Amino acid sequence: MQKSALAECKDEVLLKSGADILLESLKKEEVELIFGYPGGAVLPIYDSLYDAGIPHILARHEQGAIHAAEGYARITGKPGVVIATSGPGATNIVTGLADALIDSIPLVVFTGQVATGVIGSDAFQEADVLGITTPITKHNYQVRDPKDFPRIIKEAFYIASSGRPGPVLIDVPKDMAVLPAQAEEEPVINLPGYQPTTTPNYLQIKKLSEALSQAKKPLILAGAGILFAKAHDSLRAFAEQQNIPVVHTLLGLGGFPADHSLFIGMAGMHGCYAANMGLTDCDLLINIGARFDDRLTGNLKHFAPNAAVAHIDIDPAEIGKNVPTQIPIVGDAKEALDLLIAQEGGKPESSAWITQLHEWNEAHPYRYKRTSGKLLPQYVLQLLHSQTGGEAIVTTDVGQHQMWAAQYYGFNKPHAWVTSGGLGTMGFGLPAAIGAQLAQPDATVAAVLGDGGFQMTLQELGVIAEHKLPIKIIVINNHALGMVRQWQETFYNERYSHSIFTSQPSFVKLAEAYGIKAYEIKTEKEAEERMAEALSLKEPVLLDFHVEQMEKVYPMVAPGKGLHEMEGV
Amino acid sequence: MKGIITLTVMNRPGVLNRITNLFSKRSYNIESITVGGSEQENISRITVVVQVQNETEIEQMTKQLNKQIDVIKVTDITGQAMVARELALIKVTASTQARAEIYSLIEPFRGSVVDISRDSLVIQITGEADKIEAFIELLRPYGIKELARTGTTAFLRGTQRSQGVKNISIV
Ligand SMILES: Cc1ncc(C[n+]2csc(CCOP(=O)(O)OP(=O)(O)O)c2C)c(N)n1
Repeated sequence: MQKSALAECKDEVLLKSGADILLESLKKEEVELIFGYPGGAVLPIYDSLYDAGIPHILARHEQGAIHAAEGYARITGKPGVVIATSGPGATNIVTGLADALIDSIPLVVFTGQVATGVIGSDAFQEADVLGITTPITKHNYQVRDPKDFPRIIKEAFYIASSGRPGPVLIDVPKDMAVLPAQAEEEPVINLPGYQPTTTPNYLQIKKLSEALSQAKKPLILAGAGILFAKAHDSLRAFAEQQNIPVVHTLLGLGGFPADHSLFIGMAGMHGCYAANMGLTDCDLLINIGARFDDRLTGNLKHFAPNAAVAHIDIDPAEIGKNVPTQIPIVGDAKEALDLLIAQEGGKPESSAWITQLHEWNEAHPYRYKRTSGKLLPQYVLQLLHSQTGGEAIVTTDVGQHQMWAAQYYGFNKPHAWVTSGGLGTMGFGLPAAIGAQLAQPDATVAAVLGDGGFQMTLQELGVIAEHKLPIKIIVINNHALGMVRQWQETFYNERYSHSIFTSQPSFVKLAEAYGIKAYEIKTEKEAEERMAEALSLKEPVLLDFHVEQMEKVYPMVAPGKGLHEMEGV
Repeated sequence: MKGIITLTVMNRPGVLNRITNLFSKRSYNIESITVGGSEQENISRITVVVQVQNETEIEQMTKQLNKQIDVIKVTDITGQAMVARELALIKVTASTQARAEIYSLIEPFRGSVVDISRDSLVIQITGEADKIEAFIELLRPYGIKELARTGTTAFLRGTQRSQGVKNISIV
């Protein structure tokens, strides 16, 4: 009798609810912040969270939560953690998952699910979350036994942050969070099908080193893989050792210092002339951690026609996918670069080539002309750069302002640029800035937004106000969906179909309603003063720059054209 | 061209969905897919026959499949020495007069009759897809009432004539 009571009591000590096990597992992964939004199916998780001691940021929409987690992940390199409820909560994070997958951002996302007993019965707030998210996650799980939480969570963090990073989703039926279970203390990862290669093949490294000694016009194309691998120092050392000029993809910006004499600029659709001509003319192209996206390559027929192509990537599926590759190197960018630095091959004879690239840059820099009395958007971005010394963290939304930010904000350090590249997700910029600021509370964070995209997730002003996040919200307000308007002007005979806002709220009053300081700005003088004021304040400020509506982003490679056919140079 | 890819995968919920998703995402047309057990517990074997433009497409497909966490191994066995089999059940109209003729076709193809009714026969035949197609064409004039094909399942022969297996694992 006494004995069995003791046994029972012992059981009680060992058993914990699934939700408690979940949160303990998050602590083991050293999660310092969760972004989320509660609801019926995740009530047990939120109940455990109540006194779990992990800070939680309540977004104002689940899309805001997941983009904030993406911003956090970009800055820290650690997986962003998100909780959303079942059904509509889960479907609201779909855009963020797709965005994170295509831009390789590590996330671990928990969604609530109806209880296992009613799954498949079209229960209240049931959605087939595994089905919906399968094509837009690196991997997903549904918990079927609460004792699996520790293993699944450990695997999820490992998968999200290793190899080519990406989002992992864990669907948690409500009863799984409630049921008591005995948690495994030291869960064992069981992933026989997942062994990312990080160590490059030595023969290929040698081959690249040999090719380099023969090259006259070598060029490095550096993508975001440099940032994920924390390979920026190695990249610089390699480029300097071998005297190789560097161009960046949109997402790679900051991987190589913009003020370095070997930096030529950003390449691609709205990249600079010299970078695109460099890609067209080079004889050895070394792609490090970029995926030859179509916005970067332009028409593939004309892409790097004279070059031998070497491609260093952690994801073997990217090599040879779009561009035939002679020297494939599967592995971690930093490991590959360090091996290359250690080679004793001859240096390429690249000085004439570098001179040529610089001449192109001098002849065809990014430029803009004052056409009207109106404030110009490019000027605002230049101002942001000069007043922050290129040291700020910049997040953007999607559209013209994004391209101007990429062109005019020269990034000298890594992990300071947060933008939605592959998916081009409007509504990304403001919540991403929240995650970035929380990741680095003392950094200057500027959210550069279009007036269109700002209105897609502006409810997150509530989070900024609540946590007094000192984000500088830079609205490039052209009263239009500028990028759409530009394409309609250029390719659709100036037929501005649904791209001009005839009605717009006062963003200043809107910000003020949240208790956020805000100014409307129409002149360069105001711009200089207000920007300086905003940057000096340790509080959020919204600057609503009313800019010329008709400005276009130039230069441009029109769709279907080769990189050498830039317009508006 | 036709490509044949075999996979071994963890037998976990959603695996098949992940795999077929990949094909539709890249708009490759699956001609057939078979799934079943393997020699190891909890590991399934899948054989996919797919229509592609060229070798590069198969290579890309193989790499994408390999990226899936639950996929343990992917082998592109297109053009290799392999054992490939498919089973078909064919219900063919068979009047008493035609029966003898049909039986004479079954023999050389080593098919077997697995069901008989007053006016039809069900024939089972196994073999490589080409053989089955030839057999179906022979039967067509008699009137095929129903046809069910399993799709090809395959693996490599023990000895290879060609220069080794094109085994695209992760490296
Ligand atoms: C969610 C979403 N919907 C639509 C688009 C298509 N799109 C790309 S840029 C753009 C215009 C963006 O306008 P705005 O935010 O004002 O920025 P601007 O281009 O004026 O700088 C649109 C509609 C998109 N990228 N994302």
